[in-house]
Amino acid sequence: MKISAIVTLKKEVLDPQGKVVNQTLKNMGYKNISDVRQGKYFEIELDEKDPIKCKEIAEQICKKLLSNTVIENYKINIG
Amino acid sequence: MKSSVIVFPGSNCDRDIAVALEKFKIKNQMVWHNDANLPKSDLVVLPGGFSYGDYLRTGCIASKSRIIDEIINHTKKGGLLLGICNGFQILTETGLLPGILLRNKELKFISKNVFLKVTNLDNNFCHNYKKKNIIKLHIAHNEGNYFANNDLLKKLEDQNLIAFKYSDRNGNINDNTNPNGSSNNIAGILNSEKNILGMMPHPERMIEPLLSGEDGSLMFESLFNKK
Amino acid sequence: MNISNNLIESHGLKKDEYKKIVNLIGRKPNLLELGIFSAMWNEHCSYKSSKKFLKKLAVKNKNVIQGPGENAGVIDIGDDDAIVFKIESHNHPSFIEPYQGAATGVGGILRDIFTMGARPIATLNSLHFGSPEHPKTKNLLNGVVSGIGGYGNCIGIPNVGGEIKFNSSFNENILVNAMAVGLINKNKIFYSKAKGINKSVIYVGSKTGRDGIHGASMASAEFGENAEEKKPTVQVGDPFTEKLLLEACLELMKDDSIISIQDMGAAGLTSSSVEMASKGKIGIEIDLDKVPCREKKMTPYEMMLSESQERMLLIINNGKEKTAEKIFRKWNLDFSIIGKTTNTNNLVLNFKGSQVANLPLSSLSTDVPLYDRKWKKNTLPKKQKFLENLEKIKILDCLKKILSSPNNSEKKWVWQQYDHTVMGDTVQKPGGDSAVVRIHGKNKGVALTVDSSSHYCKAFPLYGGKQVVCEAWRNLISVGAKPIAITNCLNFGNPEKETVMGQFVECVDGISQACTYLDFPVVSGNVSFYNETNNKSIEPTPTIGGVGLINDLKNMISQNIKGTENYILVIGKTAGHLYQSELYREVIGFKNGPPPEINLFNEKNNGMVIQKLISKKIVKSVHDISSGGILVALTEMCLAGNIGVKIKTPNNNMTLHEYMFAEDQSRYLIEINEENHENVSKILKENSVHFDIIGKTQKEKIELSNNFSISLNDLKMLFSSWFYNYNKV
Repeated sequence: MKISAIVTLKKEVLDPQGKVVNQTLKNMGYKNISDVRQGKYFEIELDEKDPIKCKEIAEQICKKLLSNTVIENYKINIG
Repeated sequence: MKSSVIVFPGSNCDRDIAVALEKFKIKNQMVWHNDANLPKSDLVVLPGGFSYGDYLRTGCIASKSRIIDEIINHTKKGGLLLGICNGFQILTETGLLPGILLRNKELKFISKNVFLKVTNLDNNFCHNYKKKNIIKLHIAHNEGNYFANNDLLKKLEDQNLIAFKYSDRNGNINDNTNPNGSSNNIAGILNSEKNILGMMPHPERMIEPLLSGEDGSLMFESLFNKK
Repeated sequence: MNISNNLIESHGLKKDEYKKIVNLIGRKPNLLELGIFSAMWNEHCSYKSSKKFLKKLAVKNKNVIQGPGENAGVIDIGDDDAIVFKIESHNHPSFIEPYQGAATGVGGILRDIFTMGARPIATLNSLHFGSPEHPKTKNLLNGVVSGIGGYGNCIGIPNVGGEIKFNSSFNENILVNAMAVGLINKNKIFYSKAKGINKSVIYVGSKTGRDGIHGASMASAEFGENAEEKKPTVQVGDPFTEKLLLEACLELMKDDSIISIQDMGAAGLTSSSVEMASKGKIGIEIDLDKVPCREKKMTPYEMMLSESQERMLLIINNGKEKTAEKIFRKWNLDFSIIGKTTNTNNLVLNFKGSQVANLPLSSLSTDVPLYDRKWKKNTLPKKQKFLENLEKIKILDCLKKILSSPNNSEKKWVWQQYDHTVMGDTVQKPGGDSAVVRIHGKNKGVALTVDSSSHYCKAFPLYGGKQVVCEAWRNLISVGAKPIAITNCLNFGNPEKETVMGQFVECVDGISQACTYLDFPVVSGNVSFYNETNNKSIEPTPTIGGVGLINDLKNMISQNIKGTENYILVIGKTAGHLYQSELYREVIGFKNGPPPEINLFNEKNNGMVIQKLISKKIVKSVHDISSGGILVALTEMCLAGNIGVKIKTPNNNMTLHEYMFAEDQSRYLIEINEENHENVSKILKENSVHFDIIGKTQKEKIELSNNFSISLNDLKMLFSSWFYNYNKV
């Protein structure tokens, strides 16, 4: 089964990259942008058919490696 | 000989390159990235550093600066343009030089002395290296892994547009002498007209014996005595 | 809002402390005020457990311009040049989020330097991790190293040196101590003391978010079982903004706009405003609606306690607001006039039209409780008779084991991830006894080193404290510098425990004795207590950052052997002290016994004689003998110079193991030409310095007569591979 995970900085955590991208877009003339946040996207192939188990494994992977939950959130999509 | 060093927010080798240019009697001035006009110059330098923090992609945001159009005009008129480290990354992002600089193969920042073979001696930046074509310079980068597809590599090799390749002290060029995974060990390239040079190593950090070498001096002497 | 006992406790305040607060202000504080007290009264900001003992330290000599109490210390190095430097810990945040924790540690210490008007010219760091086998260690090591590199490389300040050590006492509490050094004109130094009434208080830099609220309190609390679940917010560093802030501040500092300036570090807006006003003995009034915020609906409590990075507070001269604003806008930084100085001697905060806090500044500064904590005296461990027969273990095997151990192997894997040559003035790179950075545009330089010896301090804190200072002094001497002053970062466990407090008191005593005797005063530093998890505290670890001056870089010297057929001399007496040595610890696993003692007279005398030899240009290379003893130090010299040596031990009453691996202090190895032999011997004898001639340099291999012979290449492999193998994916 294919799972994907998006890891983003928590809302209250400073995102220096998003801040610079936001500023640059404004300088380029896109005046109506109010915020940009940058994150990471992962695609993972799992040899596992049970979606519940997939979700469990994905949760673990996200907690243990893909994100540091002190500063980051993650979102998992299955299938 | 007059030069302009462009200062972007986050440039950090701007002073170093200015010191080197002045040491070799090149009259230099600093130019802010947001200026509309480029002062009359024979040479423009995009210095090393982390323009805009290297955020998004290295060199990408600096390549959208106001001064860039002026710099393109300068090169169209045959003016010299040198991009060192982050400057090289900006040059590939603006499309002035082909290819792109990826993260180092080992995914770590590398700061060390490397040997280079000067593979094109027939340009205004390097002609003095005829005296000595295997040199030692310092590299300090996270994204110095030059990538080009096969067609481009062929063109660069065929037209002799590669200025420097990573080597060992005897000039051998192979995987063991490649610090960052660059295609064909490329450390610096020229455009077809050979008035634009982009390179990852820092010639400005090797301009006196006390700084563990003088092999960078030859480049500034080349520029001062340009053909 | 009712202030419950729980609330008081969760602010890290004791019941008695709360009572004192109520007495001081004559009423109960509100929640915001309680937060402010908790920030200012915690250990990190108040030094309430350590102050009494820190007073013992020597803080002055003829070079000192500014001692402890400012953002950083300042020393005079002649020609109107001054050096600003300080070391600081970022231990707790680095354990929770190693990359960001270490990165913001570097950011914080750099701000301390450029706040004073200095351009940073170098950083160094001292890192302690748990045992390499511990499951967390590899991640922490990689995260911390990339965090330090990520921040320093980006801002473009060379990272020129440091140390990395592993020891199981740091399994759950790593140490990340960062030192920064800056250069300034001594007539243009900026201080944090406010002056004048009705001056604008200006906020510049990044916006304020809900970052690290109570970070300073976190740094002063012992970790419990669920430290990792607690997940206090850790700040994210933005080196790009810091670089802009650095350039903007230095640009504004060119004229006379700024009266005083302070960076917002631990306890952010609270500690910066309180410190500036209380030092100036005036009041300060802030309009919190003017504070640039990153998020919506931030409360006064959050604004005052946020530890968002890359922010500064300035007090400027009337009429200079526009000049300042123009500069900060040019650099794309937030700029806001958030208040003014007053004559009330109070901190007054207003928000949405009403006053939300009003506290006498004295209650946050001079009236902070100070403790005279109980402490337990340490006894010098006995020299237990060591039973195992050392002779059975071959000398060469001992050397190999020590050289390839994590603590003694080469650290290239680490420092090649740091840009150490940017700014074009690094004239002695990492890997030597001290780094040397040239003063820009001149022919003089500063030598920089950072040292610690936690297991010596654990074994007997008094000797340990003395030893670290002497080690720093020796490292500076070894590159041809005149040692001038130090900064210290004192990392300890929970000071409420008598044993820990005993370690602290006696380490400080040792430091004090050494720096007084050597005229090597402490000009800045910090104390990090509560490095403790589940009741298990770290080994006491004072870290010393030393700075010395090389007046003429022609007199700079390095440790690499320069030529063949030269004599190698051991300077200083070897007595055979093996307790706490690398031989005992790494090879045999024996960890008891006293650390080597320091004789301060010999330390100074030997060091000054080395200085004399260097200035007469009759030595080729110098290296101090530290952990691992003579044979390890000599091997390092050979590897650095790619030249071998034939060793012949002098006659003495020691075993070969004792002579080769003893860690007796105050010793150096020097390389001299044959023709200078007589002259050098004469000078050493005249100054009553003991020396042994132990060999002659030769090509390619290290030999010990009748014992072993090994090629430099083989040794190099052993010395250089540990970090690469450990970090292989």
